This record gives sequence, C-alpha cells and structure tokens, in this order.
Amino acid sequence: MTDLPPPKAGRRVSLPLNWFGVAPFLLFALLFLILPTMHIVLGAFRTPAGDFTLANIRGIFTASIMNAFWISIRISLLTAFLGCVAGFLIAAAVTRGGLPGPLRGALLTFSGVASNFAGVPLAFAFIATLGRLGFLTVILREWFGFNLYGTGFNLISFLGLTLTYLYFQIPLMILIVTPALDGLKREWKEAAETLGATGAQYWRMVALPVLWPSFLGTFALLFANSFGAVATAMALTGSSLSIVPIILFAQIRGDVLQDPHLGYAIAFGMILLTGIANLVYIVLRTRAERWVK
Amino acid sequence: MRSAKIWSWIAFAAGMLYFFLPLIGMFEFSLRARRGEYSFDAYASVLGDPQFRATFGYSVLMALFTIIFGILLVVPTVFWVRLKLPRWRPVIEFITLLPLVIPPIVIVFGYIRLYNTSSWLPLTGTAMGTNLLLMFGYTMLALPYMYRAVDTGLRTIDVQTLTEAAQSLGAGWITILARLILPNVLVAVLSGAFLTFAIVIGEFVLAALLNRPAFGPYMVWMGANKAYEPAALAVIAFVVTWACMALIQLVTRLSAHTRAQQR
Repeated sequence: MTDLPPPKAGRRVSLPLNWFGVAPFLLFALLFLILPTMHIVLGAFRTPAGDFTLANIRGIFTASIMNAFWISIRISLLTAFLGCVAGFLIAAAVTRGGLPGPLRGALLTFSGVASNFAGVPLAFAFIATLGRLGFLTVILREWFGFNLYGTGFNLISFLGLTLTYLYFQIPLMILIVTPALDGLKREWKEAAETLGATGAQYWRMVALPVLWPSFLGTFALLFANSFGAVATAMALTGSSLSIVPIILFAQIRGDVLQDPHLGYAIAFGMILLTGIANLVYIVLRTRAERWVK
Repeated sequence: MRSAKIWSWIAFAAGMLYFFLPLIGMFEFSLRARRGEYSFDAYASVLGDPQFRATFGYSVLMALFTIIFGILLVVPTVFWVRLKLPRWRPVIEFITLLPLVIPPIVIVFGYIRLYNTSSWLPLTGTAMGTNLLLMFGYTMLALPYMYRAVDTGLRTIDVQTLTEAAQSLGAGWITILARLILPNVLVAVLSGAFLTFAIVIGEFVLAALLNRPAFGPYMVWMGANKAYEPAALAVIAFVVTWACMALIQLVTRLSAHTRAQQR
C-alpha cells in the first residue's frame, strides 16, 4: 500500500470563499422558497401556542375537506390521463404518422403558447365557447338543433373543469413526449418489420414499452400541474366548486374559517401530493432517458 | 400503412378542433358587445378603462423588475457554480426546480405568515414592501425557467478558459460578468426574460393574496362583473403570450444565424 498524500492545507481556507459567490442565491432561496414552505409544514403540526399536535392533520379528515381533496384528486387523475393519451396521439401523428413536416414545427410552437396560456384568460375563453351563450353552445343550438345545456351539461362542473384543464395538459404532454418519440430508433421498427410484426404489434411490443417510463413520468407531472392550478378554477367557477386550492384560497383570505393552522394542514396535504407526484416524475424521467439519445 | 396515415390525420384534426374552437369562441364572443352586429366595443371599453391601464401598467412594471432582479440573481450564480462549485450543481438545480413542486398558493401562504406586520421582516406592512415581496415571489416562480435557460446557454462556452483569459488581462469579477458572460448568454437570458414576462403579466394567485392591483386580479374582477369584456381581455392576454413566445423563437433563430456566419 502506498501512502496517501497529505490533505492540502489551502483547501480549508478557500471553501468559504467559494461559497460566497452563491450566497445571494442561497439567501434568496432560503428566505422566499424554503423558509416559507417550512413554516407551513411545521405549522401543520403545531398548536397556535407552538406545541406539537396532530389535531390540524385530523382536521383535514372532515367530510367537506376530504371531499374537496377527493374532487381535486379525481380531476387531476382524469386530466393527467386524458392529457397523456390525447397528447401522445397528436404527437405520434405528427412525428411518426407521415404528416407533412411543417406541421410538426407549427404544433410545437403552438404547444409552447398553449401550455403557457393558462390561468384566468383560459377560463374566459372556455366561458365564451361553452358557456350558456358561448360560441359552440349557440352554434349547436341554432345550426344543429342540439341543446347542450338540455343534456345537463354545465361548464361550472367537474366535466367543465376537466375540459378546460386539458387545454394546458395536452400541449405539455406534446412538448415532453415529442423528444421521446424522436428517440425511437428507425432500426427498431425495421427490425420488427423484418421479423414480420405489423404496425400495431410494433407499437404494442416495442415502442410503448420503451416509452412507458416517460409516459408514467409525464402522467405524474401533469397530475401535479393540475392539482396546484388555482387561477383557472377561480375564474371559471368563482368559488362554487370546492376543490382543494380554492378552499385554501378562501382559507387564506379568511372568508371561511379563522383557523390558520387548519390552512397549514391543507397546504401540507397539497405539498405532500404534488411532492410525491414530482418525485415519481423525476425518478421515471431518469429511467426514460436511458433510451432517448 | 395507408390506414396509419388516415388515423394520424384524424388525431391531428381532432386536436386542432379542440385547440382552435376556444380561440375562435373567445374572439367571436369578444365582438358581440353590440346587439345584432359585430363590433370592437368590448375592446374600446376595456382599453378606455383607467383600471385596465393602471393594472396592466403595474403588471408590466412588475415583470420588468422581476426580469432585472432575476438576471442579477441567476447569471452570477450559474457562472459561479460552473466555475467553482461544479459538484454542487445538482443541489442548486434541485432548488431551482422546487417552485414547480410546491404549489405557488402554498408558498405565498408562507410569505403572508412569515413576513406579516408582527414578524422580524414586516414586508407586508407597507405597499412598497409588499411590491418587493411580490417581485421576489415572481422571481421564485420564474426561477426554474430562468435558471434552465441560462445554464443551457453557458454550456456552449468554455467558462474556465475564458475567465482565466480575462483575469490574466486584469479584469475583475464585475467586468467578467458584465462584458464576458452576459453577452455570451444573452440569447438564453432573453428567452428566460420573455417567458418571465408571459408568466408575470397574467399571474393571479400571488397578486390577489398579497392584495396588489395587478392585471390578474383585475381580470377576475371583470369576469365576475362584465359579460363581453372578459373575452376581449382573454384575446389581449393571448396576443401577449403569443408575442412573448414569438420573440423567444426570434432571438433563438437570430443567434443561430449569427453563429453560423461566424464559423
């Protein structure tokens, strides 16, 4: 065994200096990202006097709040699922389906815009289209004699919110899945065809298993994306539909209950769910990247 | 093979129908303000509203300050991490991704509790302090995009060699950052800036909960009180978003062009 070289003496001195360069960033992250979040998480387990308690967490398990979580989870699961499927079909059509090349660039640019066109204006666009006097509602009634609202449809509902959320979910899926689709090598398809596979067999037995991790990962990301969305829901429904972010909003504004610690607990529940979803995304994303390139 | 192509066209057409109907709907609706005929009355009413001008101006100003502060915060950090702390890059990157993990409504809840009038840093006590807090909040929202953009921009240049060359010519840190690093990542910084603008201009939750007169809360208020004006506002917001994305494409394409010429 050879002797280890002695530790360098200068290293100890230079370390704090090196950290000095990122100090402003770390201070910013601490003050405006980490401490506020910690405050909420700790507050969820504290009484107003500062003692440890589980009563706030238990407060979530009341019927009205559980119900809100349940609606939020269902909307997020449904829009993530539909967003994944629809986004995949559209992206696959453009990258693999033999459509003219320029459509691809146009679709990606549009997806970039649409995934950022969320929030309040998006809600207005859907009210103007599918509201009681909306563009599509009127056209269906006057041209086709079909009374949309006669069928029990209402934009301010589970279904309406789902339809609206898809407007930013689908483009996000398109943006993420297109590179993954590009990563499918031509050789795989040729090899499958040489072995006598049909187009459907190729997709089912080669392409989809390769894409699967990136599929599930994006599903998790879309779930978190719609779970935290507040502005679209607020502008669309006012506060008539109780989903978690709207309840938390009302709680913070102080129009409902004057118990900030219950608010902490609700916020903690939100962090927990979006945190898990994002963790799933990150893990699956690194697995998916093995195949791309 | 032919059937695959037909299915592709069907999927694409269905997607386009879904994407374009709301856009057409919002535009058509915004023209309906006058009974029986199409007009731009809703736009005139919105643009003539002093509240619109005040809130839109406020949000534009907030966006500009956020962009400046974001650049000052992110560019030196990315540079320094690449130069001196490459091992810590994953950690810093993870921190910049946190705003995508933690819902903004939760973070702003933390702000309100942490920086209220009875705390050690009573930012919400004054209008100016609240503006400052809102700007920090917006910087936080834009952090994932800004950091990613600048980091990708710096990847293409050899930071180590360039910095040593500048230092041997006698340049200080400020000179290196302002005259060497910033020009090299200008395209990335501009992309990040336009995206920040698009995010800040229509943002609702932070502005509403911090009680600032921004464009987002104004839009929600209009939505609750007017019929056709909200559609006009949505069209305006959509145009702003498009403009930001178009500018990003433009600067990226221009830079690719000049790079190709230099070679």
